[in-house]
Amino acid sequence: MSDFIALEKVEKVFEVRRKTGFLKRERREVRAVDSLSFTVARGEMVGYIGPNGAGKSTTIKMLTGILTPSAGRLRVAGIDPARERARLAHRIGVVFGQRTTLWWDLPLIDSYRLAHRMYRIPDARYRENLDRLVDLLELGELLDVPVRQLSLGQRMRGDIAAALLHDPDVLYLDEPTIGLDVVSKAKVREFLRELNAERGTTVLLTTHDLQDIEQLCSRVMVIDHGRLVYDGPLAGLHEAGESERTLVVDLERELPAVEVPAARVVRVEGPRQWLAFPAGQSAAPVVAHLAARYPLVDLSVREPDIEAVIARMYAGKTVS
Amino acid sequence: MGAGRLYAAVAAGGFRRYATYRAATAAGVFTNTVFGLILVYTYLALWSEKPHLGGYDQAQAVTYVWLGQALLSTLAIGGGGVEDELMERIRTGDVAIDLYRPADLQLWWLAADLGRAFFQLLGRGVVPFVFGALCFPVYLPADAGTWAAFLVSVGLAMLVGFGIRYLVALSAFWLLDGTGVVQMAWLAGFFCSGMLLPLNVFPGTLGEVVRALPWSSLLQAPADLLLGRGDPVRTYLFQAGWAAALLGAGRLVQSAATRRVVVQGG
Repeated sequence: MSDFIALEKVEKVFEVRRKTGFLKRERREVRAVDSLSFTVARGEMVGYIGPNGAGKSTTIKMLTGILTPSAGRLRVAGIDPARERARLAHRIGVVFGQRTTLWWDLPLIDSYRLAHRMYRIPDARYRENLDRLVDLLELGELLDVPVRQLSLGQRMRGDIAAALLHDPDVLYLDEPTIGLDVVSKAKVREFLRELNAERGTTVLLTTHDLQDIEQLCSRVMVIDHGRLVYDGPLAGLHEAGESERTLVVDLERELPAVEVPAARVVRVEGPRQWLAFPAGQSAAPVVAHLAARYPLVDLSVREPDIEAVIARMYAGKTVS
Repeated sequence: MGAGRLYAAVAAGGFRRYATYRAATAAGVFTNTVFGLILVYTYLALWSEKPHLGGYDQAQAVTYVWLGQALLSTLAIGGGGVEDELMERIRTGDVAIDLYRPADLQLWWLAADLGRAFFQLLGRGVVPFVFGALCFPVYLPADAGTWAAFLVSVGLAMLVGFGIRYLVALSAFWLLDGTGVVQMAWLAGFFCSGMLLPLNVFPGTLGEVVRALPWSSLLQAPADLLLGRGDPVRTYLFQAGWAAALLGAGRLVQSAATRRVVVQGG
């Protein structure tokens, strides 16, 4: 089975009632997800991004079965999530960065013992998985600490372990690095990379932190207003977003804006000038042209900021 | 088998969670004891004016007070059960996590509440009751059978108490802020369970009605068994009937609630 997750024209419409006067209510339909189709193969690690309210969480909730699609077909591991939520639960792991699945007042280990019973994990496998996760996520000293006393980074690692004890085939991560410091973020990312590489766990990652995507995902899906606006490799996002690279040149002295074919000056500040050119194009001809005609002191190339690329993408779609 | 072990683990967790907060337990024991003392002196005054009020003699009335204090937090009559946490989870949307687990929402929370109730019975119930028994003339049955019958009734009361509070908690799916419902439930529970005065005292139709309501399963029913005034089988049937009705209603409301779940936030 190559298509591990398959969505076909999935829609989710919420009915919102709005107060329009004393005792008067207006019914309005809100299309959170609109004709969404995509497939994810087993072992893929996919970034799922979009602005707030784009329909990301709604999609995740439909994939876990806690929301029923209004229309369309949805399968995870061959299971219809809304119909067989409990059966599917044994095959998926979910981590919400802003919520915890752990037992707040009790030591971390108690939440794991509960998962042992809840997912009916055979004893030997439970111990093996627990040892491995404790080792990889550096949880050894935290097992006997009540969850409420853990730092955010520790709790996050604890939550990730809890989601993986039952060897799920697919892991949904919703903002797993939100609020974490640089070191904790790096630890979480490194762990996820290893998990995907060694165990072939399919990962669907929702995040606002594009570094998560850059470091982990070879494929990225962008959703906006409930529709998929981009699905492909991360590099392709630049083209799709019509992004540009920037060449910063330092000249010997102040000069009027330089003239270079296939590039345009976007800013001049004393002897320093900024030139923009399409991201898909090599910087070499531009540099050669400049070096031949102008007194060049120094130069540097700035890669397009993916965040800006995506922002431009959202803006474009919103207007149209 | 597997499911049983899961809910046993949830109940054990519920027990230990409350056991963690020792200072809170000590404060609770103190409060129950003081509250018991105030009620005991009020009852003593009342019963010396009107002996055999509601069919109780003075010793039985005093025992009733300390029993009430022992069961107050156990049955969360004045609030403080798992419903507070469940409502908060519904309000914040954390209930989504509970829903994707391979476990039944109602059984999960029932197990957690039973764990809590057993801890409160041992941790907060026993001490005020023993204090009352040592310091005041009380009526205590001599035979183990009566105590056993009483404890079975307390177990059924735990089910009824949870059944009521679960319905209260689920209202948060529609209301989001359930403070008003909680306060109404708290007032109704306090009066209708017989926490202020034994329900036997109330005359006429009012008495008939409050004795038929589910809250009378909480304190009045077990108390009557301990004080040797009730028939165990009839009491159990009454309590079990209400437990089944309330838990069944809870299931219906739960399925309606999860169908319309628009999880808050995120």
